[in-house]
Amino acid sequence: MDANTFLIQVLNGIQYGLLLFLVASGLTLILGIMGIINLAHGSFYMVGAYLAFSLSQHFGSLWLAIAGGAVLAVAIGLLLEWLLISRLYHRDHLYQVLLTYGLILVFEELRSVVFGDDVHGVAVPALLQASIPLTDTLSYPVYRLWMSAVCVALAIGMYLLIQKTRLGMIIRAGSTNREMVQSLGINIDLLYRLVFALGVALAAFAGMIAAPVASVFPGMGNQVLIVCFVVVVIGGIGSVKGAMLAAILIGLVDTFCKVLTLEIGGVAVLPEISGMMIYVLMAVVLLARPEGLFGKRG
Amino acid sequence: MTEAVLRTERLTKHFGGLAAVSDVSLGFFIDQIHAVIGPNGAGKTTLTNLVSGELASTSGHIYLDGEDITGLSADRISQRGVGRSYQKTNIFLPFTAFENCRLAAQSRLPSSMRFIRPALRYDNVSREALRALVEVGLEHRAQAPAATLSHGEQRQLEIAMTLATRPRILLLDEPLAGMGGEESARMVELLQKLKQAHAMLLVEHDMDAVFALADRLTVMVNGNVLESGTPEQIRASAAVQEAYLGTEDAHA
Amino acid sequence: MRKIRVATVVLLGCLVALALLPLVAEKYYIQLFTKMMLMAIFAMSLDLLVGYTGLVSLGHAAFFGLAGYALAFAAPQYQAANLWLSLPLAMAGSAALALVIGALVLRTSGIYFIMVTLAFAQMVFFLFHDTKIAGGADGIYVYAKPVAAIAGWEPFSLENHTHFYFVVLLLLALVYALLRVLLASPFGRVIVGIRVNEQRMRSLGYRTFRYKLACFVLSGALAGMAGYFAAAQFGFVSPDTLGWHQSGGVLMMVILGGMGTLNGAILGAFTMMLLELGFQGLPAVGEVDIGKHWQLLMGGFIVCAVLLLPHGLLGLGRLVSPRPETGSD
Repeated sequence: MDANTFLIQVLNGIQYGLLLFLVASGLTLILGIMGIINLAHGSFYMVGAYLAFSLSQHFGSLWLAIAGGAVLAVAIGLLLEWLLISRLYHRDHLYQVLLTYGLILVFEELRSVVFGDDVHGVAVPALLQASIPLTDTLSYPVYRLWMSAVCVALAIGMYLLIQKTRLGMIIRAGSTNREMVQSLGINIDLLYRLVFALGVALAAFAGMIAAPVASVFPGMGNQVLIVCFVVVVIGGIGSVKGAMLAAILIGLVDTFCKVLTLEIGGVAVLPEISGMMIYVLMAVVLLARPEGLFGKRG
Repeated sequence: MTEAVLRTERLTKHFGGLAAVSDVSLGFFIDQIHAVIGPNGAGKTTLTNLVSGELASTSGHIYLDGEDITGLSADRISQRGVGRSYQKTNIFLPFTAFENCRLAAQSRLPSSMRFIRPALRYDNVSREALRALVEVGLEHRAQAPAATLSHGEQRQLEIAMTLATRPRILLLDEPLAGMGGEESARMVELLQKLKQAHAMLLVEHDMDAVFALADRLTVMVNGNVLESGTPEQIRASAAVQEAYLGTEDAHA
Repeated sequence: MRKIRVATVVLLGCLVALALLPLVAEKYYIQLFTKMMLMAIFAMSLDLLVGYTGLVSLGHAAFFGLAGYALAFAAPQYQAANLWLSLPLAMAGSAALALVIGALVLRTSGIYFIMVTLAFAQMVFFLFHDTKIAGGADGIYVYAKPVAAIAGWEPFSLENHTHFYFVVLLLLALVYALLRVLLASPFGRVIVGIRVNEQRMRSLGYRTFRYKLACFVLSGALAGMAGYFAAAQFGFVSPDTLGWHQSGGVLMMVILGGMGTLNGAILGAFTMMLLELGFQGLPAVGEVDIGKHWQLLMGGFIVCAVLLLPHGLLGLGRLVSPRPETGSD
């Protein structure tokens, strides 16, 4: 492939990776701070995308849809935590897996009932419809650049929140010692509720901004969830730095494998098994460093 | 002079910039209770973890019966004859006391990849388990679920499990932890009895017990060996008194 | 002198009832119960892993589906495979896959483990979905049921649904018995010990990785057995057969039934399948076809069950007669 195509694929890969990081960060936040593994995390991504679709049709503007959708997502997150998730804290991971798996089924079917099973597209907002010319012949969509920028901005924002603010400090303390924080008079229940809602909102928001690019289809939630797992495994649980690196790596590997052609011994390997490549990558990491690239040993 | 069962040579463990154990060279012999004492954070438990193989050392060597076992995994070291009991009771709570020991004894089978004959019909394994229970004095509680045992009985079970593996050396991490007067006395008696057939590394805070039991004392401070010698030597040492024991009348 | 326990009596009663079923039921129900028994075998294989060894796998369907594909390969077009050759081969294939995946995933534990098992199963899914190895997303058909011929003599015919039923019933009983023996053996005691306190097992001298891997492989092979017959019965395999809905479904069966009991796995399998049928058969409410959206009810049921039944369905029984796991028979 030539240099221009290469550049475009790199940009695409990074954009996909950043989006993955956004979703994965919500997952790791909930996992790391609350110790809850939430299989339904992908469903929130899907909910976000479908909200973007229906609300943008309703309001006629993706911006309003995103604003409205974000509010709805936070509300859903708060409600879910209050009703269900809060009862899982002292339970084994197993039951968290089971309950959130049940939620996946519920969300999937609700989506089917309310929105149907069709694939939908969402229009890119007028403001961002332009393309930046890279060469005489190739140009790159501004929207994708905007997506990447938003992801980076959110990542920085979260870093500042968690590391530099008092709230962030309380959150970090609450993850290591729930009872202690509670005895300090801080309402840990409310804290956890907020953290969960934040995680949900991140996933939903990612789904919303991805909708114009990735389209809106039934299996999208589950698909992104599993890739997020791979991100966390490769990056290392508890490491945001690792998640970022892993997400970009996966974004690049996945993007390139889909566009390259490779034949080994007459058998077409790429792009046929491109879907498998990130798992092969995960297998390699597991062989070399089971705790992930930046995970803590033991 | 007999050969040391276990010998550490300049054993060191760094956690990042912190030297938890530094340049420790000690020897452990049959028929000798070698107590390791020191204030909290002195590195005693880290040392025990290094010897048992649960922690990898940064540098230095460990020799068991002359053989270099440095870097071996915990299971391999256990198979070579190192038995360890834990400061925080580390037994199988849902199982009976007997099953706890039986499982420990079963580890000495050449392989547990046996799928057909029921485990309870391996008579020699069951015998070993019972022997260990008798040795610590718990045979009357053999069928009780470990979770229902009293704290002192659980500490006894800890030791019994280790004994069921027929080790050459016992690494005992605060066996008297949390015990009342009578229980402590019985444990001290047990440890005295065990000394004849085993080498023993004893980490303890209970100073009465330590001075009653120990044939050799090593005092650790901040990861280093401050002093090592007979109980009388340690008692008399000014450096030790200053660092750890305080005045001569100090009790644990 | 062994004590006769309530559970044993109930079990034997169920066995007898199952054996008598074909006498009174019509073809539809015989086939339904065949399917349920196969899921029970599948669930027991996972219970060995989850309930007894403490390894929560969200990718167990990979071994289930692979065996189905193996059968499809052994019976191309309208040819029938030989049962005595293709079944061991299919199980060996699942076992081999379990060996490879196990060697990788067992390097992790806890939440990590759950995630990587899911991810590897997804990888196998993509292998069959995206490539032309076996019909891609469309799946492949198994037109002819395996033939049980040995040198010309056919003891039974799987084309006969009653024969199929009894073969599966026999397998169910065999697998159950095998697992009970296994769990009472030294290997079984090590497995349970690993679940209770793996670190202590290691410090007692056990090389726990080996035992976990052996368990993983055995579990995969048994899942393969179930998958083989499921493909034979259904006559069709697709990537979804090894997809994560299948993996999640069987995990649900194990947990809801009551894990670490084997009986719970069987109970869970039967219950879940009956529920599924029940939900699917519900009439429409207004414009909403509830039957079509049965997964909504299933999901709701699961959520409620987790909140209200901490020990699964068998836990209800435990309220009546508590049985601590003493480790001795």
